[in-house]
Amino acid sequence: MNAKKLMGFAAFLLVVFVFVPMFISATGRWDFYYTLTSVALLSVGAAGVWLTFYIGRINIGQGAYALVGGYVSTILVTQAGVSFWLTLPLAGLFCAFISVLIGFPILRLRGVYFAMVTLVLTEVARLSALALPITNGAKGITSIPQPGELSLFGLTIIPAFGSLSNPRVGFYVMAVVLMIITYLVLWRIVNSRLGHLCRSLQQNEELSASIGVNTAYLRLLAYAISSFFGGIAGAMFASIAQSIYPSSFVVADSVNFMLYCFLGGLGYVFGPMLGTLLLYFGWDLLSIAKEYQLLIYSGVMILLMLVLPNGVLSLLDKKESRA
Amino acid sequence: MTPILQIKNITKRYGGLTAVNDVSFDVNKGEILSVIGPNGAGKSTLFKLISSFVPATSGEVLFNGTRISSLAPHKVAQMGVVRTFQETTIFRSMTVRENIIVSHHLRSKASLFGFFIGTKQAKEDEAAFAASADNIVDFLGLQAIRNELASNLPQGHLRALGMAIGLATDPKVILLDEPFAGMNHDETMKMVNLVRRLRDERGVTVLLVEHDMPAVMKISDRIVCINFGQKIAEGTPKEIRENDKVIEAYLGSEDAAIGM
Repeated sequence: MNAKKLMGFAAFLLVVFVFVPMFISATGRWDFYYTLTSVALLSVGAAGVWLTFYIGRINIGQGAYALVGGYVSTILVTQAGVSFWLTLPLAGLFCAFISVLIGFPILRLRGVYFAMVTLVLTEVARLSALALPITNGAKGITSIPQPGELSLFGLTIIPAFGSLSNPRVGFYVMAVVLMIITYLVLWRIVNSRLGHLCRSLQQNEELSASIGVNTAYLRLLAYAISSFFGGIAGAMFASIAQSIYPSSFVVADSVNFMLYCFLGGLGYVFGPMLGTLLLYFGWDLLSIAKEYQLLIYSGVMILLMLVLPNGVLSLLDKKESRA
Repeated sequence: MTPILQIKNITKRYGGLTAVNDVSFDVNKGEILSVIGPNGAGKSTLFKLISSFVPATSGEVLFNGTRISSLAPHKVAQMGVVRTFQETTIFRSMTVRENIIVSHHLRSKASLFGFFIGTKQAKEDEAAFAASADNIVDFLGLQAIRNELASNLPQGHLRALGMAIGLATDPKVILLDEPFAGMNHDETMKMVNLVRRLRDERGVTVLLVEHDMPAVMKISDRIVCINFGQKIAEGTPKEIRENDKVIEAYLGSEDAAIGM
């Protein structure tokens, strides 16, 4: 079983670091690098949303944390001259910190009530970004310098992006590495006691409390980890786009983060990753349908929810049980 | 010897309605004490008050002399006072064994972060939980359904699973919520046996709320009877059976009160 997992992981690495670049250089579709970088980063944010689903909360507010993370990193880089690589975890930690402050009151809510409040959060973040002096209002912050060199004990781990002949490849590799780390962490959480307790919380909060689980603390912890992922995704996005605006992440993005999870499957750790890939590419492919794009897209989504309520990955389960 | 659990003048009002009114009694270590009363007498509320799932309006509950009535439910469980629920309250999409293993949470020596990075202590904990879960499965006779998904279980097994979840926390006092409800005679007798073994073999003090008079008479060391939120009698099954107020409370169902 473990060998099988390692094989799967190796195959995944082979695909993302060898086959994809080969395919792109063969077809000359360099823009795919940008698309896949977006997919990787969005799936980092979706991983966080998935974790809040795992404790039984519908989170439609990840866009807020992505936006905050983007601004925190950008402001630190442009105004304080901090290295981007240091601002990346700082952005995540800052988001985790404010998510604790926000989560403390709102995580008492359940079901649609929690979902509604989180939906509002995205709008609050956007309006705050418009109003605060430090975020430069609607004009946003542009011309963010590219990430510099990251070196440890004089050893260069990541070269300065400005010096790369093709920074797109650099961003792609960076985003995929971030995604892999995120999902390894998520996988480990789910398969450790922490994840088991989250599941107990999702299935019955009262019973969970009666077996001695500090449910309020666990909810906050899961939400903070979730927001951490949102923050680093946003920070990375801002750095790649070299700009950030209040409208960089809006309510639609928050909703999309949630849809990625639904589509991939709420019961599967790698569900949001697959969901992001399918939905992001699916939307792009549907652009050939022009004005019917949204109609077809929504229709397919509804159909998928009816036919595969447990997500695309539930197809694998059925095959296994039949065999 | 001080009682393991002391309920002191506990009162709960919901608006103008007094659900539990100034009830006091003690539970001694190692006894099986039942709380009985007609429908709507306030038994369930009393139960929630003791496990701290609802806050009391006044009065207090002491466990080994320490006040537990204002603590969060998980703190009460941590101290060793654990409640079970009626059958639908289980972790539905886990197997029986997973239900029991996850409920060992209070016995963790490793931190959550320790579990995350997989320290030696965490691995020892998980191994101990698995062994203890198997032990509980054997104790309750759930071997045949150990890998069954909880949502697929019939009622009788769900009740046993609820008890298993409670046992996994290693309680000093277990509060059983209507353990015999909806059971036929044979099932009830099995459950009576099980509750006795809980006390005899595991040394758990049992406080239960129940309707089933014959079972209560058979199992209890002492009985507390409440009606309209007030305690009307307390004593051995024999004393309760002969108590006029109790018979009156069960108006028209004297035979039920007299039971076996």
